[in-house]
Amino acid sequence: MDLLLEGFQQALTPTNLLFACLGVILGTAVGVLPGIGPAMALALLLPVTYSVGPDSAIIMFAGVYYGGMYGGSTTSILLNTPGESSSVVTAIEGNKMAKKGRAAQALATAAIGSFVAGTIGTVLLWILTPRVSDLVVKLGAPSYFALMLLAFIAVTTALGSSKLRGFIALFLGLAIGLVGTQTGQARLTFGEAKLADGIDIVVVAVAIFAVGEALWVAAHLRRKPLEIIPVGQPWMGREDWKRSWKPWLRGTAFGFPFGALPAGGAEVPTFLSYLTEKKLSKHPEEFGKGAIEGVAGPEAANNASAAGTLLPLLTLGLPTTATAAIMLSALTSYGIQPGPLLLDNEPGLVWALLASLIIANALLLVINLPLAPLWAKLLRIPRPQLYAGILFFACLGAYSVNFQAFDLVLLLSFGVLGFAMRRFGVPVLPLIVGVILGPKMEAQLTEALAISSGDVSTLWSEPVAVVVYVVIAILLAAVAVNGLRRPAAPEPIGPEVEDEKELVER
Amino acid sequence: MHRSRLLAVLAAAVVLVLVASGCGVTRGSDDPSNRRLRMMIPNSAGGGYDLTGRAAVRALEENDLTGRFEVSNVIGASGTVAMQRLLNEEGADDLVMTMGLGVVGAVYTNKSEATPTRMTPIARLIEEQEGVLVPADSPFKTIDDLVAAWQDDPDSVTVGGGSSPGGPDHLFPMQLAAEVAIDPNDVKYISYDGGGPLTAALLGEKIEVGMSGLGEFSGQIANGDLRVLAVSGDERLEGIDAPTLTEAGIDLVFTNWRGVLAPPGISDEQRDYLIDLFTDMHDTDEWREALADNGWIDSFATGDEFAAFLKEQDSRVADTLEELGLS
Repeated sequence: MDLLLEGFQQALTPTNLLFACLGVILGTAVGVLPGIGPAMALALLLPVTYSVGPDSAIIMFAGVYYGGMYGGSTTSILLNTPGESSSVVTAIEGNKMAKKGRAAQALATAAIGSFVAGTIGTVLLWILTPRVSDLVVKLGAPSYFALMLLAFIAVTTALGSSKLRGFIALFLGLAIGLVGTQTGQARLTFGEAKLADGIDIVVVAVAIFAVGEALWVAAHLRRKPLEIIPVGQPWMGREDWKRSWKPWLRGTAFGFPFGALPAGGAEVPTFLSYLTEKKLSKHPEEFGKGAIEGVAGPEAANNASAAGTLLPLLTLGLPTTATAAIMLSALTSYGIQPGPLLLDNEPGLVWALLASLIIANALLLVINLPLAPLWAKLLRIPRPQLYAGILFFACLGAYSVNFQAFDLVLLLSFGVLGFAMRRFGVPVLPLIVGVILGPKMEAQLTEALAISSGDVSTLWSEPVAVVVYVVIAILLAAVAVNGLRRPAAPEPIGPEVEDEKELVER
Repeated sequence: MHRSRLLAVLAAAVVLVLVASGCGVTRGSDDPSNRRLRMMIPNSAGGGYDLTGRAAVRALEENDLTGRFEVSNVIGASGTVAMQRLLNEEGADDLVMTMGLGVVGAVYTNKSEATPTRMTPIARLIEEQEGVLVPADSPFKTIDDLVAAWQDDPDSVTVGGGSSPGGPDHLFPMQLAAEVAIDPNDVKYISYDGGGPLTAALLGEKIEVGMSGLGEFSGQIANGDLRVLAVSGDERLEGIDAPTLTEAGIDLVFTNWRGVLAPPGISDEQRDYLIDLFTDMHDTDEWREALADNGWIDSFATGDEFAAFLKEQDSRVADTLEELGLS
């Protein structure tokens, strides 16, 4: 506790507070710009370490990290243009809410959810950092494969009304995920070196969401008179709070452990959180049309996972994300040796960082909450100009992933695909899941099988994997029993059909 | 309606202009001391080539050896995309590219025609040794233990590295295996996404041995969680209590090096100018600091020496990868 107080003292000096502020604002800005993630922002800020002290730099970096995780939700909600792969799920419900004039509420629940998750996550860090053993490294490829399989199966049980369309989307996503040479073999690269690293998920998501929608709106503009999106209430109502707080907590519970696991990442918990909220919601009919739970849960999950990432970083010196790796190299440039001894050698620095995370989190809320209604007014821009702006952001985002014009070609091609998917009522979520999870699952499976020299029994050789398979079995059994009990019951109308209707009507 | 469509077109035009300016070419003035140069970096910001390239640029700029440098990260296929662009800019007199062993390997695994020997060699800047790492509880106490078990049953030793096939961490175990009479095709190599995941796999004892540059593991090595069996360079590494491979009786010296290339087809004067420039850079205090801060070993070489080295590396990498059926 004393160490923590000292940490706060160090983080709360005027200079460091200024750096925290700067970091948060910068982070939000790069989060808002699609394509430029916190990792790239930190890399570009690395030269700062030449001129400021280690505590100020690390505090600023913490601000950039949290700010970036939060900022990604803003464009997801307002412009349907996710900035990072971890805020893709937010766009699904968030943008629908914005269209209904509830952008301010969506932004607010994202901001407060991020704050809640970030705070709980940081407190968990305080508690766990001095104690945690090397538990997180015990999980190997078999366990990760099982976890990914769980996410995968959970998604397929929620494909929507038309299983056929759902599977079409899923397999399209898996096919896109195949592109590249990650396995050592060139697949679907057509001899093009620019495709060797695969297709970036940000490019796919921005294309399918933003460009596809812009094309769709353009195709229907002439038939319908222009209408402006209603502005609605500026603040969250009582009902919004009631429907948000549980998803925030559940999202945090998904996000933190996944973040702490070396191969966990922020995407899987956002999917799991979304699907859980959809199942548990008292308003399942609103999903796909702007359910606040679908924003609150995933946003909490991705911020909690950001906090979780710092656990292996501080206790074991293990960077599990690109952003964490760059924070480590910043430490190295001060001659500070990251690793398991960091906490023993540099307790002041570690606790200053942990304290500054809370400060960054609070600053984010203070800065962003009042801005939510202002951002929401952005949507009053008449539609042609608004979509021109969205296209601009989409191109900027796709281009800044690799700084290659080639990605713009990809963006437009997938934009046409997104348009076609809207036209034929093919749901978007399974495709995105396929693109993100497919390659990850494959990588874990190949790693597991390569280590075991092809012996399949390795897949259930770890206790965590066995537990997860049992959960999967229960899940499948529940689906089967439900199916048997009411075989003739009409399935609820899925989001994609509604989606199409809604879009056509506009 | 027409007005709004005009606006949309205008917005599209703005996007195009912005995009085009991003790929724009900066023309240098005639005064060489005030020239603007471009440097290409073949991986993302924060990576090894990026740190090396930007440290060199910083040393050049701060000492007014050149005018401003325009640094761009050209990402794709572990450097192949950048090499292709270097080849395409044949004759460009304002461009250099930071590259290294990993790029040489990537060019072959991606079956690209932009091989390093086609470019104009300028300078080799630094090298890093590879280390052979095992977890604390590993039965392997010396490199001989490892080699004996490995020769006995290549399948019983899973080797992990932080680079994809063709990268330094992959080439090193393959050349090591070949040196101790193990068929590289029998080596069980698992590629991890950099030092972090590799450390996790080693600490969790998912693999028997890790082969990688040691910079990212200093914490675990100091702590005793990981043990270094041998280092791959000419001389022992300061602060690491492990023999070199040659000391342990294995005739292999392997380093992961980084250097600078220029496009093919530039004039001799231009080549000499660039060589002089990097020679001057090598003498600056900023560069010495960068070497010390990052634990890089100075291995400066230019001109014919570097050209010969590049050729030797090129054919060695090509042979290794061909034997593995990867090129």
